[in-house]
Amino acid sequence: MEALLRFGESIVALIIGLAIGAVILYYAGYSPWEAYYQLFYNAVLDKYGFARSLAEAAPLILTGITFAVGVRAGLFNIGAEGQLYFGALGAAIVAWLAYRMPVLNSPLGTIAAYALGVILASLLALIAAVLKVWRGVHEVVSTIMLNWIAFWIVEFMRIHYLFDPHDATKTIPVPPGARLPILLPDSELSATIIVSVGFALLTYYLLWYTVTGYELRASGLSPKAARYAGMDPNKSIIIAFIVGGVAAGLAGAGEVLGRPPHYAITSGLSNLLNMGFDGITVALIGANHPIGVIFAGILLGVLKSGASYMQIFAGVPLEMVRIIEGIIVIALAVPGTLHMVREYLQRRKKLTQLREQEAGKSHGFEGSGLQPSGAQQQ
Amino acid sequence: MAAPSGSLLFAIGVLNAMTPILLTAIGEILAERAGVVNIGLEGIIMLGAMTGVMAAEAAGPWVGLLAGLLTGAALGLLHAVITAYLKGDHIIPGIGINTLALGLVPFMLIVHWHSAGQHQVPSYARVPDIAGYISPVSLTAIALSVIMWYILFRTPWGLVVRSVGENPEAADTVGIHVERVQAIAVVIGASLAGLAGAFMSLDWLGTLTKEIAAGRGFIALALVVFSNWDPLQALGGAALFGFFDTLSIWVKNTTLKQVVPSSLINTLPYVVTLIAVAGVLGRVRPPKHVGVPYKRE
Repeated sequence: MEALLRFGESIVALIIGLAIGAVILYYAGYSPWEAYYQLFYNAVLDKYGFARSLAEAAPLILTGITFAVGVRAGLFNIGAEGQLYFGALGAAIVAWLAYRMPVLNSPLGTIAAYALGVILASLLALIAAVLKVWRGVHEVVSTIMLNWIAFWIVEFMRIHYLFDPHDATKTIPVPPGARLPILLPDSELSATIIVSVGFALLTYYLLWYTVTGYELRASGLSPKAARYAGMDPNKSIIIAFIVGGVAAGLAGAGEVLGRPPHYAITSGLSNLLNMGFDGITVALIGANHPIGVIFAGILLGVLKSGASYMQIFAGVPLEMVRIIEGIIVIALAVPGTLHMVREYLQRRKKLTQLREQEAGKSHGFEGSGLQPSGAQQQ
Repeated sequence: MAAPSGSLLFAIGVLNAMTPILLTAIGEILAERAGVVNIGLEGIIMLGAMTGVMAAEAAGPWVGLLAGLLTGAALGLLHAVITAYLKGDHIIPGIGINTLALGLVPFMLIVHWHSAGQHQVPSYARVPDIAGYISPVSLTAIALSVIMWYILFRTPWGLVVRSVGENPEAADTVGIHVERVQAIAVVIGASLAGLAGAFMSLDWLGTLTKEIAAGRGFIALALVVFSNWDPLQALGGAALFGFFDTLSIWVKNTTLKQVVPSSLINTLPYVVTLIAVAGVLGRVRPPKHVGVPYKRE
């Protein structure tokens, strides 16, 4: 029942987001119907469009896990962005090495790229974790600072060391032998979606079927009670950050290993930007539950992929989807929207009932001297 | 007036760099003293910058600054309704506002100004600086830090605000309208952040870009902690951050550029913030109920 209510709240938030988005579209001079039609039709009903939606969803599911696991442990890890950049950096470094060590131009290279990406991302996450546990630094501040620091470090590496000699705006592309297999020929969809869903399910298992996961959730709900029960909330905090770092690292490495046509990091990290923050939206819509995150990730993948079709066919700037995302998050922040909707509907029903009663009374009314205003009856 | 020397220009640069952070931090100190955390400062700065330019191009720079202020107030009201009145989580609406701003600013850049990345603010819309260099907004910010200190620590209303943040139950019992105090504090705080954004676009930088805030909302949050929730201490902290912010720009123009690449220099303000916040924790004392929605039993 609780889960159903929470699912309903996400639906209400989605509707509110789309509705207000439609109002903004209208006032900006676009047709909301055309915009939304192009968005959803192309991203869901078209084979290649849906493949694109899944390709967009893959990293978002993982960054959603990053935030969701953090919330389950009672913290706000919004560092998926920077950890994602470091994940991509790891893969880009291995790609660069692969041209000097041909043994890496193979699935071995894929594994090495993922491994290095995950390690770098986890180290970044660990900094925030240690700062929180040791110095009590609020992770919202530390992770944002680390996001920006990571951005510039990766840019530095891209510009000075990892650049492609043929096209200096990107890093060296991953050699064909190490790339992730494409699931639908001529589309953007690669095995990244399998990695994402797989890791999400793994996280579900970790959180609900292991002792460590139980301790993590308990510490998140009440650190004092957890400590009283003999658990160490600090251990859970560190684990939550590391799991989040691994997830974001997988996302970033996956984008380099599995995203045609570049298979690299582009200038200004433009192909990676905002995937971390979108993960927060995904986690919130998915109620911070790994299974919810999978579905919410696909939904946001549809929105993001649909946004480019919306831009091409209806002329609406891409960023419209981000506006809708923001409204959805704000709507989700309002506690009990479903409850409010239900109360509003109940009140309206009661009001119409009262009005009917008044109208009914004006014909066979006797007694207390109350006159419905304006009614003419004797 | 003769052209100012290099070091004077640097000092003015620091003054400009510290103004948005200082304004936002002063506002957030008020809000957090009342017990409410506003993570959406980043988004409010961006939206204040945007509406500031829109209004200034229509009716001049002062109207622009006012528009930024009012935008902040409106967003603050939204945040206050969700957190103080509806007892929602303090962090999530802020994330929503930030996401919304990240979408709305580039969207409007395209729709309103037909420019994909940035928009140069025309000179008639820019805030006139005193003697051409010192911004009246900067001086206002410094004055505000003193005024806010006075309000918080020397007036009855300041005591009301602080009591709400320390112990809302007791304040409620005494008859203080907790939600209203929190709402007022948040609205004022957010207005200052909106003003900070308008200052950035209309005064200091003279352009509106997609990423105009560049983390300053979060640096302001760090500054609130670093200054121990005291507006006067915020003055010193903001100057420190402004110093490193300006330094990173200046180093790029010197021979040091050969040694240290600019992308790494760009990390400087964020690294300094991180070290400052990490270094000072344990010696600062937050308001006891900050960030906790007040629910009556």
